[in-house]
Amino acid sequence: MTARDVILARVAEGLRDVPTGELADDIDVPRDYFRTVEGDAVERFIERISAYKTTVKRVAPADLAQRSAEQLRSRGLGRIAIPPDLPDEWLPSGVKLLSSALDVQALDAVDGALTGCALAIAETGTIVLDGGARQGRRALSLVPDYHLCIVDEQQIVGTVPEAIDLIAASVRRMLRPVTFISGPSATSDIELARVEGVHGPRTLDVLVVSPA
Amino acid sequence: MKSGFPERAHVALRDMQLRRNLALATTTIRGKRAAVTGERGDWEELRVAGAAIKRRVLRHLEDYLLQFESSVQRAGGSVHWARDAQEANEIVVQLVRRTGASEVVKVKSLTTDEIGLNDALTAAGIRPIETDLAELICQLADERPSHILVPAIHKNRVEIRDLFRREFGLPDLTEEPTELAGAARAYLREKFLSTAVAVSGANFAVAESGSICVVESEGNGRFCTTLPETLITIVGIEKLVPTLNDLEVFLQLLPRSSTGERMNPYTSLWTGVAPGDGPQEFHVVLLDNGRTNVLADEVGRQTLACIRCSACLNVCPVYERTGGHAYGSVYPGPIGAILTPQLVGTAEAGSLPFASSLCGACAEVCPVKIDIPQVLVHLRGRAIRERTAAGAGERMMMSAAGWALAGERRFRWARRVGRLVQRPFVRENKIERLPGGLSGWTMTRDLPAMPRRSFREWWNGR
Ligand code: SF4
Repeated sequence: MTARDVILARVAEGLRDVPTGELADDIDVPRDYFRTVEGDAVERFIERISAYKTTVKRVAPADLAQRSAEQLRSRGLGRIAIPPDLPDEWLPSGVKLLSSALDVQALDAVDGALTGCALAIAETGTIVLDGGARQGRRALSLVPDYHLCIVDEQQIVGTVPEAIDLIAASVRRMLRPVTFISGPSATSDIELARVEGVHGPRTLDVLVVSPA
Repeated sequence: MKSGFPERAHVALRDMQLRRNLALATTTIRGKRAAVTGERGDWEELRVAGAAIKRRVLRHLEDYLLQFESSVQRAGGSVHWARDAQEANEIVVQLVRRTGASEVVKVKSLTTDEIGLNDALTAAGIRPIETDLAELICQLADERPSHILVPAIHKNRVEIRDLFRREFGLPDLTEEPTELAGAARAYLREKFLSTAVAVSGANFAVAESGSICVVESEGNGRFCTTLPETLITIVGIEKLVPTLNDLEVFLQLLPRSSTGERMNPYTSLWTGVAPGDGPQEFHVVLLDNGRTNVLADEVGRQTLACIRCSACLNVCPVYERTGGHAYGSVYPGPIGAILTPQLVGTAEAGSLPFASSLCGACAEVCPVKIDIPQVLVHLRGRAIRERTAAGAGERMMMSAAGWALAGERRFRWARRVGRLVQRPFVRENKIERLPGGLSGWTMTRDLPAMPRRSFREWWNGR
């Protein structure tokens, strides 16, 4: 008998008390928790992600390139990695943009990364990346020490269940990896003192694009 | 004789630093947890859903395991099955050997601690590198983690500074947490960029899609699951959830219960192998190692619903005073007191179910509604029945205790009887010597006599 057979047999043996006719779906899962929230999702998103020591600014679509350039300049960052499919009107001027597929050593040497996202969650102040349009592969938003993320306000959903509905559909369709980001990386491992930025980007800035 | 919980607790109680750190940690996290669960008008509904999903998984585990296996394979991963720790370790060692790597980076994982993977890798000439800051601290100091969530809570910043100075060769390092974290960042970054194999655990494994979900704060989990060419993930068979949509419940329950945050900084969810993004070789090791024993016990089964949030540790008065090491197990606190004896047997860890005052605080906070006191009492009964080697007097007392502790009414009754029976032995509210086979209980300490009124009686009569 293989290990697989043995474990499956042990499981079956251990569950002898479960009636043979019972199906998984016979076990009721009450889902009476909130799927939506009232109120302005954009404002809530800004409030909640700010709580994680993230700088968030609202920008008009026409000002995006200029405002992202300002944000990068204010941080003193000059060499920025971007995914290959960023639209022209997103591209900040005055910084060196590196869009070819950089290997991780090269990514480790840039000042930061600029990406879009798949969606964002207001309730928890979370950005979700799924490797889709304007996001690039995972290493891009992970290896550089700085991440500037652009969120269109139409991408902001209210709650975790709303977000998972969309993400589940994208995972089923494309099997692509998903990353949930809620603020910069952090640790409280040393005497519970919170330190921002252990391994991921130590700084996360967000621009929320809202029609004027 | 192997020392049990009482002996280790005695040592820990003397360690002031540990007690101070623990009290600070548990109080801080308790407060944060209360705030972020309190702000949810639907917290109870989330708990009910979480408990029900786990119940569904556990009662139909066979189906979900098979579904998970074929989903992983469809997405380009391989699935291995391990009956016990040794088999799991052998599988991992072999997989690493095939890549030719001599080092692996590891994401904090209780499951790999449980099977002693680091020792097995080291014995095979493979160096495991812990990448979670606290785990790294414990690894460098050659100590066991003391808390599920903040494993190095027993160490203060000066101790960590000295450790890093020595291990990283940084004589000028200060004890500022930012600097200490920076030193670990620099040390590990080089490892992340150059290591070809990573080993991770999993918070959730999705049967429907074969996806694995890892919840973390520091980003080491993202690095380990993104940069290496080969990724090996060890999954306890109880970690399954049926569908991707079920994550909507657990991704709300876990961070709020665990770190007291609305959401943890990073959650990674991946499905097999993604061309051009991340590891191109992916292995899942499905681990039993005693879990099917837990499953077979109708009362104990609910223990497998645990999502390792550590909320029960932070509210436990026993844990707060003794710390994690006293439990002598990878899983400390109330969850350890019920999980460990079931995984390794009550003969090995029989004293653990007694390391509790049955105050019930753990069950109140548990996000998946595990009735920890119920399982504790159940296991006490089991431990007592199995202690055949004990002397007759003790055995009698223990079985009487097992009987009395198994029900509240009985317990109250037994307390009254006890007060009568103890009379001849009490001097100044202490019992200094018990007769015959019970003398072991009073050899090195006085037993406090049972008070005339219990706390509960006093409380009710206020
Ligand atoms: S038993 Fe409940 S409270 Fe304790 S760690 Fe597990 S899920 Fe959390």
